[in-house]
Amino acid sequence: MSKKKALSLLLSALLFVLVLAGCSGSGDDNESTEGGKNAGDKKTVKFMHLWPEGSSAQHHKIVSDIVADFEAEHKDVTVDVEVLSNEQYKDKIKVLSTSNELPDVGMTWAAGYLAPYVSGNKFASLNDILDSGLGNEFVAGTTDAYAIDGQTYGLPLELNIVSVYYNKKIFDDNGLDVPKTYDEFKEVVKTLKSNGVAPIALGNKDRWTGSMWYMYFADRIGGGELLTKAINREESFESPALVQAAEEIQNLVDMDAFVKGFNGLSDEEAKSMFMNEQAAMYLIATWDLPNYTTNEDVPQSFRDSVGYFPFPTVDGNGDVNSFVGGPGVGLFVSEDSDVKAEAKEFASFFVKQWGARAVTDVGVIPATKVDPNELDLPQMYEDVLNDLNNATNLTLYADVQMSSDTAQVHLDQIQALFGKDASPEEFVKAHEEALSKE
Amino acid sequence: MKVKKIRGHSRKDVLLLNDMGLNVMNKVMSNKWIIAIYTLPALLLIGVLIFIPLVLTGYYGLMDWDGIGDMSFIGLENYKNAIVDGKFWSSAWHSTLLAFFSTLSLAIYLMISMILASKLKGADFLRKIYLIPMLLSSVAIAQLWIKVFNPTNGMLNYVLMKLGIENPPAWLAEPSFVLFAIFIPILWQYAGFYILIYYAALKNIPESIIEAAKIDGASPLQIAYRIKLPLIKGIVKVTIVLAIVGSLKYFDLIYVMTGGGPNGASEVMASYMYKLAFASNDFGYGSAIGFLLLIITLIVTVIIRKLTATKDEIQY
Repeated sequence: MSKKKALSLLLSALLFVLVLAGCSGSGDDNESTEGGKNAGDKKTVKFMHLWPEGSSAQHHKIVSDIVADFEAEHKDVTVDVEVLSNEQYKDKIKVLSTSNELPDVGMTWAAGYLAPYVSGNKFASLNDILDSGLGNEFVAGTTDAYAIDGQTYGLPLELNIVSVYYNKKIFDDNGLDVPKTYDEFKEVVKTLKSNGVAPIALGNKDRWTGSMWYMYFADRIGGGELLTKAINREESFESPALVQAAEEIQNLVDMDAFVKGFNGLSDEEAKSMFMNEQAAMYLIATWDLPNYTTNEDVPQSFRDSVGYFPFPTVDGNGDVNSFVGGPGVGLFVSEDSDVKAEAKEFASFFVKQWGARAVTDVGVIPATKVDPNELDLPQMYEDVLNDLNNATNLTLYADVQMSSDTAQVHLDQIQALFGKDASPEEFVKAHEEALSKE
Repeated sequence: MKVKKIRGHSRKDVLLLNDMGLNVMNKVMSNKWIIAIYTLPALLLIGVLIFIPLVLTGYYGLMDWDGIGDMSFIGLENYKNAIVDGKFWSSAWHSTLLAFFSTLSLAIYLMISMILASKLKGADFLRKIYLIPMLLSSVAIAQLWIKVFNPTNGMLNYVLMKLGIENPPAWLAEPSFVLFAIFIPILWQYAGFYILIYYAALKNIPESIIEAAKIDGASPLQIAYRIKLPLIKGIVKVTIVLAIVGSLKYFDLIYVMTGGGPNGASEVMASYMYKLAFASNDFGYGSAIGFLLLIITLIVTVIIRKLTATKDEIQY
């Protein structure tokens, strides 16, 4: 027995030493950064982003280049970069924000994600740098998604629009043309189904994927503004068009339009079905463009066989130039930053440098204006950039527009609607209740 | 007699040294202060890492807090909401189901361990095989079983279709199947752990008792049921508590495999708590659910201990 005790004592002593070592280690870190700040006039801007070298090598490289350029131009400023992957980043930002230790510049998402940080007074308003010229660099309306009560708190880096991507080869084999109307679309689904091809890849475990289908039906049936108005409480969510949109979703489910077990599949799994030519169509945003154009890991024959078309009109209603989409990540500047001026300078420098390089090097459509004719881009990029230029309306993703509470209700209801756990009436009622509670 | 050398000492020396060490040890251990000092680091760690966060969670549960901005005190509002929250109760029901099945599965583990412990050829090898899933992380297990359950390309449905079942279910997408589907990897994941415990306990039973039973004409079934089982009762009780408490706070595999979906059909208490705190930004309510989870687990543990309490300790 006492041998065991001795062992446990030894172990606890070891743990204690480890803890001490851990403490002293972080102590050193603090000293070094403080030292950096105190050392004369050299200032440190802390910057956190979410593109690790392993999973997003191209993004990572551009960021490093921009940081190096900035430091070269501003001799008195060092940029201290910390990188985390997406989910870890989200968790860490939250923890840092509760302990008032946000980095000077970091990444945020639009609307609903941003709101608690703004009401908690964590993010600085960026109106000053936008008004002094930077605002003109952005595609009109993209910064609105980061604005609350007239103040803008984020500088968007990406802009995505959602379209239906399809496999031209499968369409040809089955003698199908690109559908322009929803009736034609349903015919395509029926033909594919009767020929034993899964028509649409959908990974609705992630739920925002199904939400995009619903949003397009709402847009085409009720017009581009209806869903946004219903979320802003200018309209009821129980309006007939939103009910009809939900009915159309269930019609598609009844037709077996989506791959089997879509409610249990992640978007990644659905994507791999589309990319392995097991499904003919896939509704996704332009962040996937590299997979269909430049990504060398994807076989050339597949990349050549992918095309896209705008979501069709429904019963003659809707405008194919009205899109679901919106900005992705954006930069924020911390309200409590000690080096706010330098942080803002860095953020605006970053945005300007990012634009052209993002689209050529990474294949990200930036939120800043890009002239497709000036750059050498794959045809699909030129088409998408032209679509953006012709867009009449851009509806921001519903779950981003909503507050995070309501977004969860929306996302769960999307799964219920697709899984036929909820009728269209129950679906809109649950939304109306959640939205009116706010 | 050949004396083995251990690091330059003869075995005899080592034994002697050990004895001296024990004497010193006993002397040290009789001083209460020294015991206190030695246990202090562990106590501090447990205090800082477990008890203080527990109290804080209970405190946050009294707040209206989005986890970012300012908190405001709202008393027991969060707990009141939880009591009328259908989603909380359905997640609690799913956790209970999980606990129930985990307890049932102990019988399977016990059976396997008895077979393994009965001098089966290759038992050692089999025991190691059973232990492998325990060495994998839950996330890896979840990814593996997501592939097995894939409705179109998965191994399970492939086999079912070969067996002539025309339209096998999409396991993780059907609200009525999903919880059972997830239970299979959980059963598989913990097999090694419980078999290890039972196996060790069974190996501890003195051979003489089994021999005596055999001489008295007991059948193998009787030996298992009337002799081995009562002798390892203490261990069985511990594993029941472990299985139930572990199921009640189960999180990782479910979170990765379904995220609690579809539409909450596989939501358990811990995943619901996580969703509220981190996805809905409702830290106050999430903390309240977390605290309720703690209380429920405590009550259940006490009840099981009471139900299975016996006075007599087994001495061989």
